[in-house]
Amino acid sequence: MSVDQKTVRHIARLARIAVRDDELEALEKELNGILDWVEQLGEVDVEGVEPMTSAVEVAMKMRDDVAVVQDLQKEVTRNAPGAEDGFYVVPKVVE
Amino acid sequence: MSELTKLTLAAARDALKKKEISAVELTGAYLAEMAAGTALNTYVTVTAEKSMEMAKASDARLAKGAGGALEGLPLGIKDLFCTKDVLTTASSHILDGFRPPYESTVTANLWRDGAVMLGKLNNDEFAMGSSNETSFYGPVVNPWRRKGDATRLVPGGSSGGSSAAVAAKLCLAATATDTGGSIRQPAAFTGTVGIKPTYGRCSRWGIVAFASSLDQAGPITRDVRDAAIMLTSMAGHDEKDTTSVDRPVPDYEAALGQGVKGLRVGIPKEYRVDGMPAEIDALWSRGIEWLKAAGAEIKEVSLPHTKYALPTYYIVAPAECSSNLARYDGVRYGLRVEGRDITDMYEKTRAAGFGAEVRRRVLMGTYVLSAGYYDAYYLKAQKVRTLIARDFAAAFADVDVLLTPTAPSAAFGIGEKTDDPLSMYLNDVFTVPVNLAGLPGISVPAGLSSDGLPLGLQLIGRTFDEETLLRAAYAVEQAADFKAAPEAWWKA
Amino acid sequence: MMTDFESTMRKREPREEDLIRGATGDWEIILGLEVHAQVTSEAKLFSASSTKFGAEQNTQVSFVDAAMPGMLPVINRYCVEQAVRTGLGLKAQINLRSVFDRKNYFYPDLPQGYQISQFKHPIVGEGEVVLDMPDARTVIVGIERLHLEQDAGKSLHDQHPAMSFVDLNRSGVALMEIVSKPDMRSAEEARAYVTKLRTILRYLGTCDGNMEEGSLRADVNVSVRKVGAPLGTRCEIKNVNSIRFIGQAIEYEARRQIDILEDGGKIDQETRLFDPKTGETRPMRSKEEAHDYRYFPDPDLLPLVLRQAEVDAIRASLPELPDEKKARLISAYGLSAYDATVLVSDGARADFFEAVAKGRDAKLAANWVTGDFFAALNREGHSIEQSPVTAKQLGELLDLISDGTISGRIAKQIFDSMYKTGRDPSKIVEDEGLRQVTDFGAIEAAIDAVIAANPDKVEQTKVKPQLAGWFVGQVMKSTSGKANPQVVNEILARKLGLSSDG
Repeated sequence: MSVDQKTVRHIARLARIAVRDDELEALEKELNGILDWVEQLGEVDVEGVEPMTSAVEVAMKMRDDVAVVQDLQKEVTRNAPGAEDGFYVVPKVVE
Repeated sequence: MSELTKLTLAAARDALKKKEISAVELTGAYLAEMAAGTALNTYVTVTAEKSMEMAKASDARLAKGAGGALEGLPLGIKDLFCTKDVLTTASSHILDGFRPPYESTVTANLWRDGAVMLGKLNNDEFAMGSSNETSFYGPVVNPWRRKGDATRLVPGGSSGGSSAAVAAKLCLAATATDTGGSIRQPAAFTGTVGIKPTYGRCSRWGIVAFASSLDQAGPITRDVRDAAIMLTSMAGHDEKDTTSVDRPVPDYEAALGQGVKGLRVGIPKEYRVDGMPAEIDALWSRGIEWLKAAGAEIKEVSLPHTKYALPTYYIVAPAECSSNLARYDGVRYGLRVEGRDITDMYEKTRAAGFGAEVRRRVLMGTYVLSAGYYDAYYLKAQKVRTLIARDFAAAFADVDVLLTPTAPSAAFGIGEKTDDPLSMYLNDVFTVPVNLAGLPGISVPAGLSSDGLPLGLQLIGRTFDEETLLRAAYAVEQAADFKAAPEAWWKA
Repeated sequence: MMTDFESTMRKREPREEDLIRGATGDWEIILGLEVHAQVTSEAKLFSASSTKFGAEQNTQVSFVDAAMPGMLPVINRYCVEQAVRTGLGLKAQINLRSVFDRKNYFYPDLPQGYQISQFKHPIVGEGEVVLDMPDARTVIVGIERLHLEQDAGKSLHDQHPAMSFVDLNRSGVALMEIVSKPDMRSAEEARAYVTKLRTILRYLGTCDGNMEEGSLRADVNVSVRKVGAPLGTRCEIKNVNSIRFIGQAIEYEARRQIDILEDGGKIDQETRLFDPKTGETRPMRSKEEAHDYRYFPDPDLLPLVLRQAEVDAIRASLPELPDEKKARLISAYGLSAYDATVLVSDGARADFFEAVAKGRDAKLAANWVTGDFFAALNREGHSIEQSPVTAKQLGELLDLISDGTISGRIAKQIFDSMYKTGRDPSKIVEDEGLRQVTDFGAIEAAIDAVIAANPDKVEQTKVKPQLAGWFVGQVMKSTSGKANPQVVNEILARKLGLSSDG
């Protein structure tokens, strides 16, 4: 499988990364280079093989339902490029 | 070079305990070396004031005969570890100005044991790279040079700041992370020791994530003993990371020196890859001889899916990173580039904030997860990953550790491979399978290339059997007797 | 999430009443609902932040909820149990192994850039909900699946002309997404479904069902087709937050689709929003692009594995559910299906009834509870918990009727006073002298007085015995309603020369 420039533009859009028109060709080439190379996995017979879900086989640990009441409003907003009155502020979103 | 900074971590620890030196002196000596070593571009942030405060507090504890296992020992911290109120960037533009309001579990463990922070070490942006050339803060320069050649070389990556700083004695030891070889390969390129423990041995909490199912923290140090000491402090169960494992942390230092008599060492035949330089092959053979001479039993083993490890990795890691890096959106921290609407803001911010390699991997990961391709790429890769893990499990039925080269070459020149992502990826051919299987691996300096650059041997262990791994590594280290050190040209 | 339902939907014969008349013929509405129910819990699904409603912006946000770099999710065991409990309450299959996936998309109130949800392997599989329709019909709605997921934060768009404000207090709160099969055929059925589902969740204690606070929201999938035709293209109306709006949204949307189709147009599969002000639906602008969520198993979380013993323990702790309670109320108390349905629609109401009915005449208790008592609650806008009259007090009132201390008529008067003042009925009877007169002498005297005053009526009664009722009324009036009507009847019959059983 390989990508064309339209696909590169589409995945860049999905990934929310602006790509200039003059970058498309190089990106197309790079991605196709990698895709061609990973194509060799097609040789491997994975019939009946379960996909790996975790590198280490342990049961998932769980937390008790205890709320830690701690107001971190300042801590979670202090790094924000746009914050006002304890809110994060972003360009208007139209629903 | 200061006499103080010549001490290993273990030696400095002992000297501090005996009050032959003070933490303030030691820290001061490192800060001076760091100031003189800026040409290597190892540190992105130096925390001199904080370092001296921590050193003073260590001296106070040491004076009372108290103090932890790392009391007063100055360390460098890879900038992937979140450090409370201290700039943390993952060497990415997109984390501009980010000061975390929390401390990563691994670094908190180090401070708990009395260590002193010198600053934050450069790395490949978001740990994506094998040469430390993708950093927003510029490439790190390897303190090693080829004989009679001033070409600037890469220190390996992604933990290139860590490996270069340890090799140039700009810190006693450093934290690092390894997703596909990012501890072991830079260690091999700089004549240092780097251990990636079993997935789940160290908490990932507070470490900027690259590929969650592969990322693991570990140390880069001057020798195997120092690695054992560092790992003992860094490791441990963390209830904030459900993938960290709840089992006791042994005293790894105590495992050293038990010898390798009767230890079964496996030599995976598939690691004799086409085009491997003769001197790497020769180094590997020497390693085999050393272990044999020390009483180990050598066996050839087969890991049939080895050649599929890299392509598997370059599907799984980009897929996970494309999702892990979605949070860098200009809303809650870091860089924001204003746009005409929210989507424009996202796209501009992420275009400006991510470098070329990160962008490439995010796009690659987005593609392999996208509708219609998931089964062909991601699901397939995760199945192949199962087969790779099974290969190792089968091999470990017959042997206790595996011995391989760490990297297919010595350090290369800055800029030599940046135009060809694939040739860069091939650097990780021997290290990546270990991450895919979640196993522990260590790189030990074992010799010099014909042009005078360090080369490393890798040992791979069973899950959670870091003790055996360190024991074997110590034996290799003893036999290799690697004493070479780079000339301090950077001070000129 | 949208699933392909064609193969799994229940076969139903269309009912005339449900069809919508169009210019070209009759149309059938096909409805499936995805209900997002907030799990009742103290802490969020993957962090220890509080879930309390109404806190100041971003004060219930941990570093995990704000998706700070390096933060990791740790699952809340209780939320998992709540999902299992709900699954059992929906008579659904519990999957002992389920997997959390990441659903990737960008939105300012989705801090991670992905929502942790369950895509391929949900914790709960197929189940069903039984609807009791007002016309005594039962409709069975299949449940496709239930899965756990994180809620997003909240964006406020009306604070500033050019900016949106983001509050992450809700971010990470546990939700159960309950996906029905497209088994509903009218707005009425959809409303009944949400109502019944909410009742079940409340019985289970797994969701408070508070729609005003957003604890329960529905995405409604609407399509129309000519009777017998294959399924039409559906539109999904997002986040409808009241049962009334669900009905309005469906009616508007079905009509809109029919109008388009009858004009020869075609329906675009899209996500729409319901505007309660206009009663209309409109396409969601921000969702104009086709979504590609790039689901994959969250590598920060291991598969969720439950032991059968854990599930069995939860099953053993389930309360009696509405359907079982209804059956029991009918068999144990002889209630009508209608009364039983009304009572079980709210667990507290059914409990109240049972407390009143215990050891008493069940029919009398049902009449009083569903009659005067519920009427008073509705009039005052009170919930059971807010009622000034306790079950014990209402029970006493019934006892006073049964033992003849008061008449039914007086009882109503006493009840009103109880509701106003909260006083015990016996106290009201004493204080206001409302005890029923059963003293034969006193009643006889009152009757004699009425007979003496109306000799003409006495004569007429001999021809028209039904006039006896007039005498009863007069006697009751002269005794302020306190005379025992039965005694009055007996004495009157004797005095007027009528047979008492006449």
